[in-house]
Amino acid sequence: MLSWLWLIPALPFASAAVLMLVGARLPRRATAAVGVGSVGLSALVTILVAFSFWSAPPAGDSYTQVLWTWIRVAVFEPQIGLYLDALSLVMILVVTCVGFLIHFYSAEFMMEDPGYSRFFAYMNLFVASMITLLLGNNLLLLLLGWEGVGLCSYLLIGFWYRDPENGLAARKAFIVTRVGDSAMMLALFLLFSGLGTLQIRDLMERASQQWPSGSTYAVAAAFLLLGGAVGKSAQLPLQVWLPDAMAGPTPTSALIHAATMVTAGVYLIARTHVLFSLAPAAQTAVAVVGAATLLLAGFSALTQHDIKRILAYSTVSQIGYMFLALGVGAWQAALFHFLTHAFFKALLFLGAGVIIKSLHEEHSIFRMGGLRREMPVVFWTFLIGGCALAGLPFLTAGFFSKDLIIWETWAAQGGHPALWIAGMAGALLTALYTFRLIFRVFFGPVETPVTNRFGYAMHAPLVILAFLAVVAGYIKEPFLTFLHSALPATIDAGAGGLTETGSEAVAGALFVIGVYFAYLFHLRNRSLADALTASPVGRALHQWWFAGWGFDWIYDKAFVQPFVWMANANKSDFVDAFYTGVARLTEWFYRELSSTQTGRVRWYVTGMAAGAVLFIAMVLAL
Amino acid sequence: MEPAFYIAGGVAVLATLLMLTRLNVVHALLYLIVSLLGVGVVFFVLGAPFAAALEAIVYAGAIMVLFLFVVMMLNIGAHAAETEKQWLTRGVWTGPGVLAGILLIEVAYLGRGSYAALGTAAIAPKEVGIALFGPYLIGVELASMLLLAGLVGAYHLGFHEAEKPEIQHDTDTHEGRADTGGDLVLAGTDRSARTP
Amino acid sequence: MFSLGLTGLLVRRNLVFVLMSLEVMLNAAGLAFVVGGSRWHQADGQVMFLFILTMAAAEVAVGLALVLRIYHRFKSLDADVLSGMRG
Repeated sequence: MLSWLWLIPALPFASAAVLMLVGARLPRRATAAVGVGSVGLSALVTILVAFSFWSAPPAGDSYTQVLWTWIRVAVFEPQIGLYLDALSLVMILVVTCVGFLIHFYSAEFMMEDPGYSRFFAYMNLFVASMITLLLGNNLLLLLLGWEGVGLCSYLLIGFWYRDPENGLAARKAFIVTRVGDSAMMLALFLLFSGLGTLQIRDLMERASQQWPSGSTYAVAAAFLLLGGAVGKSAQLPLQVWLPDAMAGPTPTSALIHAATMVTAGVYLIARTHVLFSLAPAAQTAVAVVGAATLLLAGFSALTQHDIKRILAYSTVSQIGYMFLALGVGAWQAALFHFLTHAFFKALLFLGAGVIIKSLHEEHSIFRMGGLRREMPVVFWTFLIGGCALAGLPFLTAGFFSKDLIIWETWAAQGGHPALWIAGMAGALLTALYTFRLIFRVFFGPVETPVTNRFGYAMHAPLVILAFLAVVAGYIKEPFLTFLHSALPATIDAGAGGLTETGSEAVAGALFVIGVYFAYLFHLRNRSLADALTASPVGRALHQWWFAGWGFDWIYDKAFVQPFVWMANANKSDFVDAFYTGVARLTEWFYRELSSTQTGRVRWYVTGMAAGAVLFIAMVLAL
Repeated sequence: MEPAFYIAGGVAVLATLLMLTRLNVVHALLYLIVSLLGVGVVFFVLGAPFAAALEAIVYAGAIMVLFLFVVMMLNIGAHAAETEKQWLTRGVWTGPGVLAGILLIEVAYLGRGSYAALGTAAIAPKEVGIALFGPYLIGVELASMLLLAGLVGAYHLGFHEAEKPEIQHDTDTHEGRADTGGDLVLAGTDRSARTP
Repeated sequence: MFSLGLTGLLVRRNLVFVLMSLEVMLNAAGLAFVVGGSRWHQADGQVMFLFILTMAAAEVAVGLALVLRIYHRFKSLDADVLSGMRG
């Protein structure tokens, strides 16, 4: 069964190809069948492979399937090889299964869109690239998948390309992640030149043998890889693209920008954890980046009014938690949070999609209200997702995963009390903004009436994901043990002063406080919220956090405008002047020489005579 | 050595010089005839009577007469002399004169060497005839074909005179063709980029 | 003689004069041949002169016919008028 591994990326690739070539001519049903079916089949194969892997683990806890050798240049021979271990298995399970649910949902969601087949082609290509990224056994193949998902992200953000705003958002996403990609490529160059291979397993072995802990090579490589991860996962300082990426269709936001692509950075760091273990500075940097990002995004989410942007900032914040976990050495905790986050964030996005479409493209939460009576299924599933996000104790998976991380920031060897405080503060913020959203959208008077209603195709995935968001928390122990075969166990530093239960209690208390304040400001007495934002301090903070802490403004002033100025200044391109100069010189010669062709016979005879004179002179001189 | 040689040679050169500087075509033609006859005498002195006879009969007798016929037919008129005067300024002579002069010096330099005495033994026409029928037979045949071609060509070219309509061509476009503006290269680029 | 003929060819603009200068040049070449033949006591020089003569005759015939056509067409015997192949 394990040998069917190659089907998992191959099926979506094939379906993407088919849809790109003939998709426009197929009827909607056929397109949906191909698009959704391929991912569904892929999910099925994944489940079978997982079952086989789990029941009869292969030797060394990993399975490699080499398809062919990509290039052969001297000592550089990367392969197209698939490497399956617990880490990649978990991730491809999530990608294919959640991906399948989202594809199923979008079959109905995108029904009226003229670019139906294009959408599914891009989505399938995305799933295929993501799986390539996850299953690649060498960093070059990982890079291929990395670039592929970046491309699909660009294509899907700018899906409705006729609006130039969407194109701008897509470009922004691509360019910002490109900065990260460049850092990652530099890391690859460094790793190859230092260790001579890009095969991940060999790389990790050689690194641990050849590079001592704290060596500059390891630190440089780790920081560069962090740069790449930061770009793709929208962390500080490259987080600016994700909120704008909400210009794409909601299923895209759910799949790419919530559950899967943005976690590619997490996967990268987890995969190359040996390097990070060798470079404690880089690992601390990961934790600091994670902590800073989760706070920053939390504050920004508190001020947004577009429902998707709130969820986008929430994603940035939650991935900050994952980075935080990676940074303190809690590898399995990060992956566990990834699992639960994929479920509830996809659920929230899909629910938001239903809400937006039902209210005829209304995005602002301040113009929604009272939807819990109008759309009960959506309300209950959204509530479950929101509770999972905020961390409702014991009932939702989010509580288990997030608290595990926060506990590890205290207890693990790489942990620090400051990080624990940051994590707790983030939990409070999460509860605040999540329930701000829920209270504004589902409670209170109806601001915009519901104009469209949808069928089971869009509600069934919501229910399934809600179910998963609840039960996934209960598989915490088996899950963590399962991942032990791929990732090292978290080392406990034995810092006293707090037990895990105590940490959980604090988190639970913060959850309640957050919900209460959200209730206070956004349900019981809404004018309080307005008063807060009207006060001078409140208004300043509100605007600052609304603009994402001013990062867009900084980048615009520091990078975009100088670059545009330079491009303008070089409009006539001095380098080109050399080449046109050559052409002009030739033209000048042409003009001069053509004036010697007068058409007069006597002139030509003169030429002949002069030539004869010269020729004889030459003969005489010799 | 032979005075006849030098005198005849001098007459030929002088006559040629005079021919070049005449304004009237017919005068020039007559001087040319004198020059040719002079060269014929030189041939005779050199011991090539056959060549001398040919020169006088064919060259001076037939070809120059043909020239005269055509000139008379053209009926150029009196104003031609004025035009010739206009064209033949002092400055016009310098360039070609220098060029031809250098050529002369070069060839004279090339041809320097021991001068054997001019052969006194004449080469009889009989010898020339044997040579013509012998090794140079092909040349004779080719020459006859050339003459045939010339005959047909001249006939053909001279025939259609009356039928062709007269086409006036402007004869004063002595400036070169107008500049293309030179922008064959820059045709596709942004024009505003070239303005500073 | 040749140089004189060349000079005349370059200087004079009247087509008839051009042809005449051409004749002078041909004659000079023939003279050179005959002198050579006489120098080495061979008939070849005169044979070559005969051929040159023949060629000159043919050339004059055709050339003068062309002059007639040109005069008929351009109404002028200026060699510089015939500069259509400019550029």
